[in-house]
Amino acid sequence: MSAIEYIVGLSGLVASALFIYGLKGMSSPTTAVRGIVAAGWGMVCVVAVCFLEIFNVAEDARPYLPVNIGLAVLALLLGGLWAGRKGRTVEMTAMPQMVALFNAMGGGAAAAVAAVAFLKHESSAPLPLGVTALGGLIGCVSFSGSIIAWAKLDGRMNQPLRFGGQQAFNATIFAGTLLLAGLTVCSQLEPAPVSGPFAALFFIGALAFGICMTVPIGGADMPVVISLYNAFTGLAVGLDGYVMSNPALMVAGMIVGSAGTLLTVLMAKAMNRSLSNVLFSNFGATSTQAKGPEGEMKSVGPDDAATSMRYASSVIIIPGYGLAVAQAQQKLYEFVKLLQAAGVDVKFAIHPVAGRMPGHMNVLLAEAGVPYDMIYDMEDINDSFATTDVALIIGANDVVNPSARTDKTSPIYGMPILNADQARQVFVIKRGQGTGYSGVQNPLFFLKNTAMVYGDAQAVLSKMVETLKGLGSN
Amino acid sequence: MITSMTFIIALYIFVLAGFTGYIVISRVPSILHTPLMSGSNFIHGIVVVGALSVLFSATNVAEQVIGFFGVLLGAGNVMGGYVVTDRMLAMFRPSTKPATTSDEKKAQS
Repeated sequence: MSAIEYIVGLSGLVASALFIYGLKGMSSPTTAVRGIVAAGWGMVCVVAVCFLEIFNVAEDARPYLPVNIGLAVLALLLGGLWAGRKGRTVEMTAMPQMVALFNAMGGGAAAAVAAVAFLKHESSAPLPLGVTALGGLIGCVSFSGSIIAWAKLDGRMNQPLRFGGQQAFNATIFAGTLLLAGLTVCSQLEPAPVSGPFAALFFIGALAFGICMTVPIGGADMPVVISLYNAFTGLAVGLDGYVMSNPALMVAGMIVGSAGTLLTVLMAKAMNRSLSNVLFSNFGATSTQAKGPEGEMKSVGPDDAATSMRYASSVIIIPGYGLAVAQAQQKLYEFVKLLQAAGVDVKFAIHPVAGRMPGHMNVLLAEAGVPYDMIYDMEDINDSFATTDVALIIGANDVVNPSARTDKTSPIYGMPILNADQARQVFVIKRGQGTGYSGVQNPLFFLKNTAMVYGDAQAVLSKMVETLKGLGSN
Repeated sequence: MITSMTFIIALYIFVLAGFTGYIVISRVPSILHTPLMSGSNFIHGIVVVGALSVLFSATNVAEQVIGFFGVLLGAGNVMGGYVVTDRMLAMFRPSTKPATTSDEKKAQS
């Protein structure tokens, strides 16, 4: 082992340790920033040291080295600057599609590494070749799948694409891809392989499968899908690490792979659905026109609602993505501060799948300046609704739908919900009488302790703020 | 590229790293799940190192082109993942007021 190999190996070890330290830091908002900065230094270290490899390249690559170094620096600059600028300017509401896009890039890079491993043909043993094929397959699926997820979340692809026999069609593509993978590996077992066409078709098949697998999945399920593809990319990177004998890639990739899988399962559980149900069930395709709840919705004006919250002793606010669509988080926090000044105990309750990715709502509230210790998870707050005066629901619907508890025919039956209906008074700020993302009618709106406040969240909250200011702080 | 690292050692690394990821992540509160996802997204950007190795030892145009795109995409993954995670985490702030009632309740639970 040369000195350079030692240094490169050690830099990978340092980076791996810093990554784990960084992720560990994410267990609390107070240490999270320190954590990500540490992980960032780990990455800087391992990438910088990687450049030492230019003194260690094989004889046949020497003549190409100047060009290769130029290409590497150019690619690093272009990729880094573009993504850095995107990342700095992206709106917080658009974060899920941004993460999907960055994830696609990682998957594409992993697939590229696997592709070159085939091209260079440095091994003719079945195991490394099989691992290379697996890494390439997963990387490609993650790449094309994440791009579809990005297009869906970014509103470029609004309808899930579904057709009869789709499952069988996708299964055929998958089987064909596996066959091509097998052929590629088999042809590489020969000393002088002619695997080019097989390998090319294999990668095309894998990319096509990623697209086919993702197009039928509805927009509401995209958070789970992104999380899954995040895990996929991690796994592909880990497998690439094995192929390249690079333990740093193996460790970092597998950590992300298992963490992403855990997160995916947690999210699917929060929707009371299995992962296979999310991926293969075409949820929301046949929205069975169940008989809507009978009765009349009551509506009140924003001023009345604001006044009754001002004289309540406790208020729990349930924000949904509708709040972010109306860009009313700032207004909401202004309203909350006025309530607090009047001595009202205000808390935020966040459903695990609020927003467009897990924890998205927390980020959107944090952006508006809401301190994180006012924000509660579902498990921590669900028992408090029964002793709360007012539950204020803004732009959320399915996550407070009591039919998830009672109505076995409902598509969302069994999903854990926030028990807003148990509060003494429920106010719902809503644009109109429509149904939620899942297309299910919500009986909560017809309860006798519920009053609807119709209107755009931004406009309604502005009026509420004015009302409170008019009442003064006593 | 493929040296003599035995399969068993690789399996050790995979399994132990998998457990590490599981244990570390299971303690992350759901409030931080979005930064966690973008943060882990950033970490798998280490694939850029693999892509760099590939590009440095490229010996023909096909390898150079694929390697170039590998590094380009990997660098985007790293930089983008880091920037958005850092931006999001910087926004999480505690209450500025001294110990409100909600703080005390949180401390007890």
